[in-house]
Amino acid sequence: MLTLTRVDETALAGTMTEIHLKAKGGTDAGRPRVSREKRETVGTVTVENPRMVCRNVNVYYGDKQAIKNVSIDIGCNEVLAMIGPSGCGKSTFIRCLNRMNDTIEGCRVTGDILLDGVNIHDKDVDVVPLRAQVGMVFQKPNPFPKSIYENVAYGPRIHGMARDKSELDAMVETSLKKAGLWEEVKDRMDQPGTGLSGGQQQRLCIARTIAVNPEIILMDEPCSALDPIATSVIEDLIFELRSQYSICIVTHSMQQAARVSQRTAYFHLGDLIEVGPTERIFTNPRHELTQDYITGRFG
Amino acid sequence: MNSPIDTAAAPEPQRTIDIVNRSLKRRYRAERRFRFYGLAAIVLSLMFLALLFVSIVAKGYSAFWQTSIRLPIVFDPAVIQQDTLVNADYAALVREALFKKFPQVDGRQDKRQLTALMSSGSVYRLRDMVLKDPDLVGRGAEVWLLADDDVDMLIKGHFRRDLPEAERRVSDKQIAWIEQLESEGRLERRFNTTFLSAGDSREPELAGVWGAVSGSFFTLLITLSLSFPIGVAAAVYLEEFARKNRWTDLIEVNINNLAAVPSIVFGLLGLAVFLNFFGLPRSAPLVGGLVLTLMTLPTIIIASRSALKAVPPSIREAALGVGASKMQMVVHHVLPLALPGMLTGTIIGMARALGESAPLLMIGMVAFIVDIPKGFTDSATVLPVQIYLWSDSPERAFVERTSAAIMVLLAFLVVMNAGAIILRKKFERRW
Repeated sequence: MLTLTRVDETALAGTMTEIHLKAKGGTDAGRPRVSREKRETVGTVTVENPRMVCRNVNVYYGDKQAIKNVSIDIGCNEVLAMIGPSGCGKSTFIRCLNRMNDTIEGCRVTGDILLDGVNIHDKDVDVVPLRAQVGMVFQKPNPFPKSIYENVAYGPRIHGMARDKSELDAMVETSLKKAGLWEEVKDRMDQPGTGLSGGQQQRLCIARTIAVNPEIILMDEPCSALDPIATSVIEDLIFELRSQYSICIVTHSMQQAARVSQRTAYFHLGDLIEVGPTERIFTNPRHELTQDYITGRFG
Repeated sequence: MNSPIDTAAAPEPQRTIDIVNRSLKRRYRAERRFRFYGLAAIVLSLMFLALLFVSIVAKGYSAFWQTSIRLPIVFDPAVIQQDTLVNADYAALVREALFKKFPQVDGRQDKRQLTALMSSGSVYRLRDMVLKDPDLVGRGAEVWLLADDDVDMLIKGHFRRDLPEAERRVSDKQIAWIEQLESEGRLERRFNTTFLSAGDSREPELAGVWGAVSGSFFTLLITLSLSFPIGVAAAVYLEEFARKNRWTDLIEVNINNLAAVPSIVFGLLGLAVFLNFFGLPRSAPLVGGLVLTLMTLPTIIIASRSALKAVPPSIREAALGVGASKMQMVVHHVLPLALPGMLTGTIIGMARALGESAPLLMIGMVAFIVDIPKGFTDSATVLPVQIYLWSDSPERAFVERTSAAIMVLLAFLVVMNAGAIILRKKFERRW
């Protein structure tokens, strides 16, 4: 079936949460799966010491409801993977977490998404600091049509994070190093970012995101436009970034979810069907829909 | 699964390749035909364009050369008194020189015909010479003076000499004098600096386009400095900031309608609002610029909006994603990428404004203005109106000036477009 080597490694170094969930998972071996008709979330949505808490989140595009009553926690220093068939609302959900949905006409979000105890959709919450705190990497690599340096320096510059040029240079260098791109681009920092290869562009976008030093990084199918080699480089990068950031990743690839994440959430037509430790979701799903999806019956 | 017997009994299914091959020839024929139509359209339009240019240049190039006559002028101190250098009777000097040159001419009729060879502008030429160098008084000098436009037309061959005298503007006697001057080398076609440096005049040989060029320049400066920022700001607001609702829809529809409004209507609006209500000066480039701003705004707004729409949303998301405010996103990323498109729209609008005459007639820029405008509130006319005025003039010499003015207008346009293209190239970026 799936290769789960990466998950096994992390399980050894596992967090409290995982051990807790794992222990629980051990007891359900003989329990029958939840029927396909049921839409309540199966599994434990809460974690100890969460970084972000989502409760009863509903998203509407006009009259159409795209996300139905989703509750989930995002823990510190964990990679949470969101999987599900196309149109299930995982991208919509992840875009709620830094209010990127604000840019979409007719999009309405209800429920609570708490960051540091504040609902980020409150009227008086400023999106600018929110997005500095919750960074985002998009599906298609979208570097600015500027130099590589300018791409990374843009965030720190608009937020006034660097006092002088040398400090900014240092920030750019660390970010590029963290993104694993420094060695490849250090000699051509003034060349356009759009001239890099697809994988390099996506790593540049990751460098641009982490240059602002966010606490949470949202990744919306970051590898869907990349070849397997570039994908594996980015996956290694995500794996390393976990020690400093909380990461939410939307992915179509179940292998990728299995490789990089500690917890996995399965979405189906706007419902959060099942949440659990990645290993358990892929080996012993509790909901029939999850079972169907991971065994390739649909999706 | 079919058994082998079944397949043998069934009719042989047609192979796709056979079907494709059958229609292939027809497809290529259609393609060739279409290419031919396109090519024919391009050739045809190029031919018309060439025809237009050739006819304008052929008619107009001669206006850049003007006939001058060299006369031995004696700056007679009796005629020029020192204290009235400005008001002295310089025409008398020209007359004296001519009568000395042709001593046999007698009688008022003939003398008038003789002095009619010279342009009335030669007076100013002599006055300027004396004012510049007062020591000339009392001395003589050979001076090149402008010939009258009729002489010029005769020399350029626009007047036929074989017509009966009564149907000619130049009499037999005048032709004889001209021929004599020509044989003495006193008649020459020299580069027409007057045409490029003077304002309008009733005398074709003294008329120039500089007044109209200045008027066009001031008018377009007003138009550009108002319509570009207003147009871009309106487009950015509508495209990036405004909510999409019934109001913005209404505004959009109205902007599109305004772009289609006949330009003379804007002229009437300018007359009613800027002149009659606000009491701004008549015939001024300021008002002309305001009217043309109203006219070009819709074009610029529409072009700018489509340029903004063409900026990929991923760039906006990228900027917002690192925490840029909406304003920073627009200024740092969207505007630079949309600028080439906006400049294209602006240049289209400005080119239209440059060639526009109808709305300017309404606000009095059609007046006969000799002085060259020095500012935005001086009376002025613009190139297309100047062309219209000259094409309406009866003198034969204005025909070539009309074409020459069109050449100047086209040159103006080419310079403007080249500037815009250079700017656009500078801002153009790939993404």
